[in-house]
Amino acid sequence: MSPLAFFGWLADSSWSTALHESQYAYSIIESVHVWTMAVFFGSVVMFDLRLLGLTMRKVPADEVLERLLPLTIAAFVVMAISGTLLFYAIPLRSYQNIFFRGKMLLLLLAGLNVWIFHARVYPKVVGWNVAGALPRAARIAGALSLTLWIAIVISGRMIAYNWFDCDRQPQLAIINLLTSCVPDEQEP
Amino acid sequence: MSLLPFFQWCYQTPVGETIRESTWLFPVIEAVHLLGLGLTAGAVLLVDLRLLGTGLTRQPVAQLWSSAQPWLLGSLALMLASGFPLFLSESMKCYYSIPFWIKMTCLLLALLFTFTILRRVVLTGVASERPLLGRATALLSLSLWFGVAWGGRWIGFS
Repeated sequence: MSPLAFFGWLADSSWSTALHESQYAYSIIESVHVWTMAVFFGSVVMFDLRLLGLTMRKVPADEVLERLLPLTIAAFVVMAISGTLLFYAIPLRSYQNIFFRGKMLLLLLAGLNVWIFHARVYPKVVGWNVAGALPRAARIAGALSLTLWIAIVISGRMIAYNWFDCDRQPQLAIINLLTSCVPDEQEP
Repeated sequence: MSLLPFFQWCYQTPVGETIRESTWLFPVIEAVHLLGLGLTAGAVLLVDLRLLGTGLTRQPVAQLWSSAQPWLLGSLALMLASGFPLFLSESMKCYYSIPFWIKMTCLLLALLFTFTILRRVVLTGVASERPLLGRATALLSLSLWFGVAWGGRWIGFS
């Protein structure tokens, strides 16, 4: 089964349709997604700014991380669950949405940045002298994280718009390629 | 006195009209508004969590307040700079939107509360002697900001 066929089947399933057409459930889930995003993004940004030396310079960076991480993780879990439900409500359209695809790619990169930071960079940050600037690698990780999460929030917001959707033809060939869209052949 | 004429005037300003007529201006400005929301949440949580007895508990709350303040003010400026044009473009919808009025009421209260009572609680260090007062202050602050975020999201649903 191709991904396209699978998400098409998912879109036609009764639970997905029910969620999509619900009067309040979808709006509430979307609100939860936005609010937990604010908490997640807010705590990530405060930590990134600390890595860059732009706030809480008197507090060791590892202390900021240790104390904020539980909140960051909790918000991420709720955000991921609500996000999955939002996808589940509109699977086929989301799968073919160019902003959704861009967002998933950026999320992957952000995840990679988190992984590299915790495996390679963070050990150097622990116990680092508070007075000086943090190692270059840590500042780069902070700047990357900031950039990626900003781009993720923007692309997430844009999923709502159908400018490049499959059912709005004609689109540029490159758009149809990126959204794996095969428009029906039609006489102009 | 009714505010309706003011809202009508806002609606027909060139800025509002330009945003309404553009396909991408509203989404782009709104994305900026959303980023501002996240930054506000981060700055507010830094102080409120500490008052609640979690977060950066090893640091004095007054110090966290002064670290967070430039970012709070910056994010509020960003929110206002993006929120006002959005409002201009759909002020008539806002006038009849209950979430909009709830949001504005909560915003006014949140700002007043943050820069008067919360600020006093933080700077006088009274929260360390009376942790319950600190907690109540933080809870009220978080509730008011949540009211702002709730209203903001639900303007779009109405």
